Amino acid sequence: MAEFTAYLIAGIATGAIYALAAIGFTLVWQTSQTINFAQGEFVMLPAVLVLLAVKLFGAPLWLGALIGIFAFILIFGAGFKLVVVDPMIRHGVLPLAIATMALSIIMKEGAKDGFSAEAQNFPSFVPTSTIEVFGAAISLQHLTIIACAFAVIGALQWFVGGTRLGRQMQATAQNPTVARILGIPVERMVLLTFVINAALAVVASVLISPIYLAKFSNGEVIGLFAFIAAIVGGFNQVRGALVGGLVVGVIDSLAAAYISSSYRLAVPLVLLVVIILLKPEGLMGRKEERRV
Amino acid sequence: MSAPATTNDLSRPRGRALPGLIDGTLVTLLLGAAILWFAPVGMGRYGTYVLSLWLVMSIAVMGLNLTLGYAGLKSLAQAAFMGLGAYTTALLTTKLGVSWYAAFALSGLLTFAVGIVLGFPALRVKAHYLAFVTLAFSTLIWLILRNEQWLTGGVFGISNINRPDFFGIKLFGALEFHRFVVAVTLILAVAQWWLIRSPWGRAFTALRENPIRAASLGIDTRAYTLLAFAIGSAYAGFAGALYAPLVEFIDPSPFSLSQSFFLLLMVVAGGAGYLLGPFVGALLGVVLPEWLRFAGSLYLIIFASIVLLLLIACPQGVSGLLERGWTKLTGRRGGTR
Amino acid sequence: MKSKLAIAAMLAAGLALPASAQDKIKLVDVIELSGAGATAGTNFKNGADLAVADINAKGGILGKQVEIVHYDSQTNPGNTRAAVQRGIDEGAYAILGPVFSGPIAASMQISQRAETAQIVAGEAAGFTKQGNPYIFRTSLSQAAAMPKIAKYLKDTVKAGSVAVVWVNNDFGKGGRDAILPELEKAGIKVAVDVATEQGQADFAADAIKVKNSNADAVFVYLNEEESARFLRAAKQQGITKPMIGETTLLGAKVLELAGDAANGVRGHVGLSTDAPIPALQEFGKRYREKYGFASDHNGIKGYMAVHMVKWATEKQKKIDRKGLADTLRGATIKASEEPGILMDTVIEQNGDLDRESFLAEVIDGKQVINTTLPRIKP
Repeated sequence: MAEFTAYLIAGIATGAIYALAAIGFTLVWQTSQTINFAQGEFVMLPAVLVLLAVKLFGAPLWLGALIGIFAFILIFGAGFKLVVVDPMIRHGVLPLAIATMALSIIMKEGAKDGFSAEAQNFPSFVPTSTIEVFGAAISLQHLTIIACAFAVIGALQWFVGGTRLGRQMQATAQNPTVARILGIPVERMVLLTFVINAALAVVASVLISPIYLAKFSNGEVIGLFAFIAAIVGGFNQVRGALVGGLVVGVIDSLAAAYISSSYRLAVPLVLLVVIILLKPEGLMGRKEERRV
Repeated sequence: MSAPATTNDLSRPRGRALPGLIDGTLVTLLLGAAILWFAPVGMGRYGTYVLSLWLVMSIAVMGLNLTLGYAGLKSLAQAAFMGLGAYTTALLTTKLGVSWYAAFALSGLLTFAVGIVLGFPALRVKAHYLAFVTLAFSTLIWLILRNEQWLTGGVFGISNINRPDFFGIKLFGALEFHRFVVAVTLILAVAQWWLIRSPWGRAFTALRENPIRAASLGIDTRAYTLLAFAIGSAYAGFAGALYAPLVEFIDPSPFSLSQSFFLLLMVVAGGAGYLLGPFVGALLGVVLPEWLRFAGSLYLIIFASIVLLLLIACPQGVSGLLERGWTKLTGRRGGTR
Repeated sequence: MKSKLAIAAMLAAGLALPASAQDKIKLVDVIELSGAGATAGTNFKNGADLAVADINAKGGILGKQVEIVHYDSQTNPGNTRAAVQRGIDEGAYAILGPVFSGPIAASMQISQRAETAQIVAGEAAGFTKQGNPYIFRTSLSQAAAMPKIAKYLKDTVKAGSVAVVWVNNDFGKGGRDAILPELEKAGIKVAVDVATEQGQADFAADAIKVKNSNADAVFVYLNEEESARFLRAAKQQGITKPMIGETTLLGAKVLELAGDAANGVRGHVGLSTDAPIPALQEFGKRYREKYGFASDHNGIKGYMAVHMVKWATEKQKKIDRKGLADTLRGATIKASEEPGILMDTVIEQNGDLDRESFLAEVIDGKQVINTTLPRIKP
């Protein structure tokens, strides 16, 4: 039993990583029907930019962090929306999704050539010590990630439901035409979600990189698992990302332990297929009526 | 996940926008094949190999173009189907001594059948979920190719895959095999050209344009979607059957999920729903990076930037751009705009 | 139609290759600069660049300057084949790289047909067993290294059972397939056999699995950053059993990334910039100065590969492509004759290498070599 608990807790910790990355997927999907295949790279890059700023300008870490994070949100929040998404969004989901694929190559190769082909340590602002939970060891870093994933979801739910700005955003997501008639600045609202997405990517990057290391290729795995987590949880619900992430993380951990470690990747995917066939809108997703 | 705001913008009716293009396409195919037959003379084996690789990838992209560009289905498993074809051919020819031609046919048949088995449950739910099911399938195939070493050679792959004969003529050399690839590509391209113009092809297009209207017009949507997906997958199988003897070695890496994404990129960048789009797309995806090698370590960034800018400027891909230019040039207004 | 013609013309222009200059010795390095092998490939490339710069600064080979170009293999067999073919068509004197065994297997026939030596960085056992006389290694193969590990586990660690943790790619699988029979021969039980994925998000589950196996020792065979992350996860799970590795686990990068989690790690090291050989240490120092990070074993391999070409060319006293491979086959390169080879190297007939190697331990974040193992066939 203690063994099972240990696997479960390890799975939850990994799942929180996926969840944190998956939130952005669901967020930009809701407001602008954008599938961002560069989401993994969005999580990879802030940490690299921080280290790059430290390396290039010899800046202290906090200043490097500020520069890196600010540059990232500006370029990959607002810039991404204005330069890539805006001209393409009216042409449907696919060309934009492909464009984000090209963007992911640029980000990945840019990080490799501009920074390093090797993994680098990223400082953790949380102590790396471990504590015992139900007889299983878990690090404070992982606990922080779990807490942050929940906090971010909570804050987003509160923002969307409890603030004026948030409700405007929700209205935009649900029906842009009506929102526009009601006098909501739809464009600005969509821009806001992209900035929030970039900011979330920064949070994820800063939390994950001390464990996962800062490396140009990290986005591949994180992006794939975040995508799977978003589908499993339900693409049209932000809290779906949390549920999906945790489910995928736990399943992955248990699969590695009890099934076959060389097929561990298969288990979350089989789960994905089963969910699609049984509850296509995802575990937490709303059903959407068919549009004619 | 809701249905996207449909891909209508991606997919305007071709053909009618360009009068005479229907025959023009065929002429282009034949002429292109003739040029490619002679092109490698004096090009060296490297140039010849890249041209062959381009054509082989074009076949896979052609299949995906049928699935996506004509029938509007998003498949994320085209590279996995290509892998199925490549491994089937490699195993049959190296381990069992089956002739390449039989292996080629079996590869197509197998991928067609797997396409039906995979598409049936997915399309039953909603056309859109095919993307997710194929994503899972793609990774599962990759895992099997990697893990089942007794059959597939695992991470070490299968080497020394022989190239076929053509009525006693050995196709061992780069030029001979290139010409063989040109011939096979031409046959498959003309077959697709015929398919698109047939009533089946028109039904595929109707499905993409408006599935609900198509259903109300009495088209059996499920059967046609399934068929389009299966034929598209079979093309990937054919491409794989050529890829294995071309490279003479296969391992799981060219058939991974990221390669499926890359094939999707080629379809869209080349122009989804244009018969010649796949050739342009594969040219972008296969030949452009090779050509950009002079740029040194930055070549992939330049490549991706070109694709990104191209898509921003023209989401319909290169073929769409050419069509737009053509329309401007001739002063005709294109299609249903 | 016009566009098609234009495309064909463009193609012909783009893919036709310029005639290579004859006054230089051209080396083509086909290496993993993107994809899964990018880290290893970048190290190899840097090492080769450093070697070429050194040689050219001293007047080149037989008075000719050396030119090296790097083509990215994308860690993909099809692309590797294209790049090697391109190198051959451009008149490469020798092909260097790649690292991964799939790309090697896809390209080695090309250099064989062109009778050109291909000096690779791969460690997987298979490709030197196919009777290709033009393939050469730059390091011990896994088939040569793993018996040393098994002996070490039995005699020094005195382990009765071992947990084997490996990365499921050609590197890790090759190592795992090579060590299991050696362990069996040595009478060591495999307590648990854990496959991991390259780039995997978290190693906690794997560490727990290893811990629960209660093995006497843990053999870790992963790529650099995964090694570091596994060591950290193992420390968090409180694994106190000895961690044994082969070259990568004791590499500079792993020590940097793992911090104190790497202390106490022991094992066999094929190539290391910390080895008690001044030439290797000097190389490591200059590499760090030039590129800003420590070289792993692949950086050393890149440096050695270029010097293998130099030594053989000077030995045969002419620029003869086929002769280069003939000279290398079965040669013994002494560091006293060619300092750039860094340590005495025996090349066997099939392209495998035999040379000294080391047993090391990590103490206070530093790799400390405590034994130098002799060549297998002294």
